[in-house]
Amino acid sequence: MRRVLLVLLIAGGIPMSLLAEVDFSGYWHSPMQEDGPERGGGPLSGEYVGIPLNDAARLRADSWNASLLTVPERQCIPHPADYGPSFSNLQMWKETDPATQAVIAWHTHISWMAPERTIWMDGRPHPPDYAPHTWQGFSTGKWEKNILTVTTTHLKAGWIRRNGVPRSDRATVTEHFMRDGDVLTWVTIVYDPENLTEPMIRSRDFTLDPYGVMGAYPCESVEEVVRAEGVVPHYLPGTNPFLTEYATKYGLPQEAARGGAVTMYPEYRTKLKALMSSSTVPK
Amino acid sequence: MKYTRTSIVIAYALALAAIFPGMTAVGLAQQNPVAGEVQVFHVRGNIYMLTGAGGNITLQTGKNGVLLVDSGLAAMSDKVVAAIRTVSKEPIRFIVNTHVHADHTGGNENIAKLGTTITDVNAFSDIAGPSEVPGAKIIAHEAVLDRMTAGGNGQPPAPSGAWPATTYVTKRKDLFINNEAVILFHEPAAHTDGDSVVFFRRSDVISSGDLFTPDTYPFIDLPRGGNIQGILDALNHIIELAVPDEREEGGTYIIPGHGRVCDEADVVEYQTMLTIIRDRIQDLVKKGMTLEQVKAAKPTFDYDAHYGSTSGFWTTEKFVEAVYQNLTKK
Repeated sequence: MRRVLLVLLIAGGIPMSLLAEVDFSGYWHSPMQEDGPERGGGPLSGEYVGIPLNDAARLRADSWNASLLTVPERQCIPHPADYGPSFSNLQMWKETDPATQAVIAWHTHISWMAPERTIWMDGRPHPPDYAPHTWQGFSTGKWEKNILTVTTTHLKAGWIRRNGVPRSDRATVTEHFMRDGDVLTWVTIVYDPENLTEPMIRSRDFTLDPYGVMGAYPCESVEEVVRAEGVVPHYLPGTNPFLTEYATKYGLPQEAARGGAVTMYPEYRTKLKALMSSSTVPK
Repeated sequence: MKYTRTSIVIAYALALAAIFPGMTAVGLAQQNPVAGEVQVFHVRGNIYMLTGAGGNITLQTGKNGVLLVDSGLAAMSDKVVAAIRTVSKEPIRFIVNTHVHADHTGGNENIAKLGTTITDVNAFSDIAGPSEVPGAKIIAHEAVLDRMTAGGNGQPPAPSGAWPATTYVTKRKDLFINNEAVILFHEPAAHTDGDSVVFFRRSDVISSGDLFTPDTYPFIDLPRGGNIQGILDALNHIIELAVPDEREEGGTYIIPGHGRVCDEADVVEYQTMLTIIRDRIQDLVKKGMTLEQVKAAKPTFDYDAHYGSTSGFWTTEKFVEAVYQNLTKK
């Protein structure tokens, strides 16, 4: 039945009378069952499978050293808007005009590092190019039937995956918020002409938790590693010793671990089978 | 065929993307500037950024008058003054130059002559009224004056009305204007040999000049004493001065020489890029590679889409050449 409903929705076949603004207010639990290894302990260095990254982004990621996260100026950075949904629980609430009760904005607050977003619903334009960029960017939303579609610009340079795969500050993000009973589905589509050859699409599900309470998440930088001023941890090209870890751990060909748009599609399974049967698979 | 919830959702998203293609950045309403016009952006308190006049201009206004950091291109002066007058009717009293280049000093003469300087009553009270003489005070590091008076590198000397008559040769120069400390830090041998970073301490805003340009590789002006290490030292100094607000954003704002208003995290991103490229080229130099071999190794490849250029006066190739020359100089 759900499939039929979705097909009808895609075709625009649902009568408008059945559609209305959906209320997303509440505390949403992140079950973390999608892409679990990436979301818990985190992805391994060199794990790019399923990401439509280009050669430049791959080199950036190959140069990335996890010790970069110990630099004091980087310790309290929250996940950017396009990566935040992958982590921890979510609170959503709306802001209304007290006179008209029209929704001015939706707000999100994510537990880890406490990033908050405002999704403006009042038709305001995005800021000019020379306005500051932020981790959460500038977001505007509109209803497309019963889906809240959000466009975000003015993001700071961030990451597609938290193992160094970069996302530029010129990227734009489109999101779709969909509620199906007590399940919230949040789809994020990243367009990044600098690092991606195709849009990067992710979906995350949340379940409504009427007893959920958002906790505080203060953060204060400390000196985790004593190093001279200006030192930036990174690997020179060809020197990162961890790039084969992922392929080795899961018995995959290194070519698959290197990612690229081709690794996103089901057809890649055929190629993967061929690669798996060859001698390129690490033992 | 069996569909998972995720595959249906992704199919849905793809369908929506096809149905509503306007929901990409292309279709956005955005307040973008008109080419050739000067735009004013309110940064904080009494600090504004003027953009579109060449290099970015910082404007501070208050009871002591208008202070500008840099003056844009000469040809844009009328528009700069018109933009200033949209936020302040106070007299233009001070122009601080972050460095010598014409996109930052070109408006000095045109704009300074519209302003006045408060000075010693005994000496000048009969010239322009009590305590006031015509012309805003132009302030810069001594090396800027030296470069402007001498010309060179294909440039004639700047007109005397554009020269900074007030200079400093120490590590810093302190001013107190419009109820706040305005501190000029000399950043030696960086973008040029006369760079100043200007820190508005109460407003918590820093004007970096071209030491920091978030969308391009830094222009290392070798003939005027530029050096990659000096730029990195200056960026590290800006990071030291800046303090972010919660969640590592906001707090101290940085007005770059060109491009958008930034904060510490943006400077850190830039410093990271530049340090990595410096380290890569240094490594290639240590291996004994020639300039051509270094270029062939493409040490900037992963950053070129953002910062690089294949045309114009400052290409990626020239940037690599400049870094190489800095790192191989005995």
